[in-house]
Amino acid sequence: MRGRMISCLLVCFIMCAGEVHAFSNQVIQRGAVGDDVLELQARLQYIGFYNGKIDGVFGWSTYWALRNFQDKFGLPVDGLAGESTKAKLVKVSKYYESFVKEQIQKGNSFTHYGGKPLSEQVKGDNNATAAKTTVQTTATNVPKGFSQNDIRLLANAVYGEARGEPYIGQVAVAAVILNRLEHPSFPDSIAGVIFQPGAFTAVADGQIWLTPNETAKKAVLDAINGWDPSGGAIYYFNPATATNGWIWSRPQIKRIGKHIFCK
Amino acid sequence: MVRVLLIAFLSLGVVSTAYWGYREHQEKNAILVHAENNYQRAFHDLTYKIDMLHDQIGTTLAMNSRTSLSPALAEVWRIAAEAHSDVGQLPLSLLPFNKTQQFLAQIGAFSYRTAVRDLDKEPLTKEEYKTLQALYQKAANIQNELRNVQHLVLKNHLRWMDVELALATNNRPSDNTIIDGFKAVENDVQSFSEGTNFAPTFTTITNREKGFIRAKGKQISETEAKQIAKSFLGLKGTETIKIVRSGKGADERFYSVTVFDPKTKAETYMDITEKGGYPIWVMDNRPVKKQAISVYDASVKGQQFLKKHRFTNFELYDSSQYDNVAVLTFVANEQGVRIYPEAIKMKVALDDGTIVGFSARDYLASPPLPTLPKPTISLAEARKKLNPNVRVMEERQAVITNDLNQEVLCYEFLGTLGDDTYQIFINTQTGLEEKVDKMQSVERNYE
Repeated sequence: MRGRMISCLLVCFIMCAGEVHAFSNQVIQRGAVGDDVLELQARLQYIGFYNGKIDGVFGWSTYWALRNFQDKFGLPVDGLAGESTKAKLVKVSKYYESFVKEQIQKGNSFTHYGGKPLSEQVKGDNNATAAKTTVQTTATNVPKGFSQNDIRLLANAVYGEARGEPYIGQVAVAAVILNRLEHPSFPDSIAGVIFQPGAFTAVADGQIWLTPNETAKKAVLDAINGWDPSGGAIYYFNPATATNGWIWSRPQIKRIGKHIFCK
Repeated sequence: MVRVLLIAFLSLGVVSTAYWGYREHQEKNAILVHAENNYQRAFHDLTYKIDMLHDQIGTTLAMNSRTSLSPALAEVWRIAAEAHSDVGQLPLSLLPFNKTQQFLAQIGAFSYRTAVRDLDKEPLTKEEYKTLQALYQKAANIQNELRNVQHLVLKNHLRWMDVELALATNNRPSDNTIIDGFKAVENDVQSFSEGTNFAPTFTTITNREKGFIRAKGKQISETEAKQIAKSFLGLKGTETIKIVRSGKGADERFYSVTVFDPKTKAETYMDITEKGGYPIWVMDNRPVKKQAISVYDASVKGQQFLKKHRFTNFELYDSSQYDNVAVLTFVANEQGVRIYPEAIKMKVALDDGTIVGFSARDYLASPPLPTLPKPTISLAEARKKLNPNVRVMEERQAVITNDLNQEVLCYEFLGTLGDDTYQIFINTQTGLEEKVDKMQSVERNYE
């Protein structure tokens, strides 16, 4: 325990000496991700404007904290961290970069308030040496109404159904699932649509549980974000393997790769 | 001696193989029974829910007092939703059963809207009563048909697994009772939804499929579409372009353009409406390299692109970074009023700031706006309608599409309550709280 205290103090000391680093010259905007956002959140927290998690993703709470800061310091209130805002922020706050990054790497939960020793602001004693060399943000942007697990489930379905298809064919399959969600003839949850008995062959033969690749995930994100290459389709089938006659009677919209998409 | 040993050894093998096979068989049967039971539960539950639905609609017809009508309609809504979910669990997706599902969704939408309405101020109209009566009738028919199927299922020990098999392999025996029964239900409902004039509040469900209202003008040819793609994507002319016209299933015909750049080996896809030649969406799936520009720079690039293509009155509404791509949402702004239905999405690569995605689907499907009404209540009055615990941070006027699928002019408030951010819309004419959204854009990683 004592040894850890000392090492923490030591780390703190080294960091105090090394506190010269400041933002890159980008304008930071809501939705941004990365080191600059980490610094922005940490600095805003240091002077008490930001009480959320320092996670490196510029969400709404960071946005309001930044605006309050701009308001307090007589800067134009626009929610953008531009040159003057960043300069002011650097002037009135401190940023212990290696402390913040170390805690993130170790997966500790921590705060970065000023006027309180940093060593007292760490919860959880994940003292394992950090394995990763690059600092990853501890949160992710998600489209409204979808969690990362929803995206993963959709990616599983897309990968199982269409992994050999061209990229837009995969986006189109994801779009069909989302179109069904909105459609009165289908269940109204992602799991309900995907696991509807007989709806998808990948569910029936278990291929849905293969591990999806990045392309499938990307395709799902594109579909959720509003791209629909299927042209509003709610069915698709592979003409080479389709055994059901009824599916051929559906009005067809277009063909992408091996699949025909229809209403 | 060796022989005896060998015989003993082999017979042991036979016995253990037999035992193993028996176990496998048992296990397989157990799973089959389990799956069958799941289907049976969903089916019997469905018939029960339709019974309840029929009874409940009947009760609402007899009711006169507004105070009991609202909860009764809410109950109809709940039962319809549950029945809808039961249908989703049956292996019917290869059977044309959409009309029945649509019917359940329509009952749900109708009862929800009438239940949440202030029936003292706006009692049920004559048409709505008529609709309710028609729904009652139809629910009775469905109930009868399903009861009949249920009876046969129970009497003849029919299995849903057989239905699933029959539907999947398509060599369905002509006397599959379950399939025939559901087909009868479907036909029955079909004649109904086509022949009955639903009350005006019903339009919304079919409204969605209206297509691109904004795409007006003359029909363009393939070569014109090619030209549009060239100028919109800023092509150099060395690319090969493939063009395909959409099939008859599309609400509005469109051209699908595939552009292949032999230099970068990258493909860009684009859809263009046939009427008027409007770009619907663009997708460029090139690998994006290391981030070199900020999300802010990307949104400036996006704005420039829109200006160049004569979307002049658009402003940035939302931005998010996914890996090295910024996804931006722009909405129209008419004289300081945000028009949320008119949204355009863009993707900008953060390595060199090129546009890698564009989608005007929402914009093209949004109806052109009539002249905006003058607000009858003031901003201050609207603010008083808010929950007093919400701390208002931003306010403006905005047009949104409400629950009834109407475009309404609202005061928009962005505020915080605790750690959460909310977007609240108050109607400028009626003072009604049209919509309250919790804004969530960031989720922690679970790894």
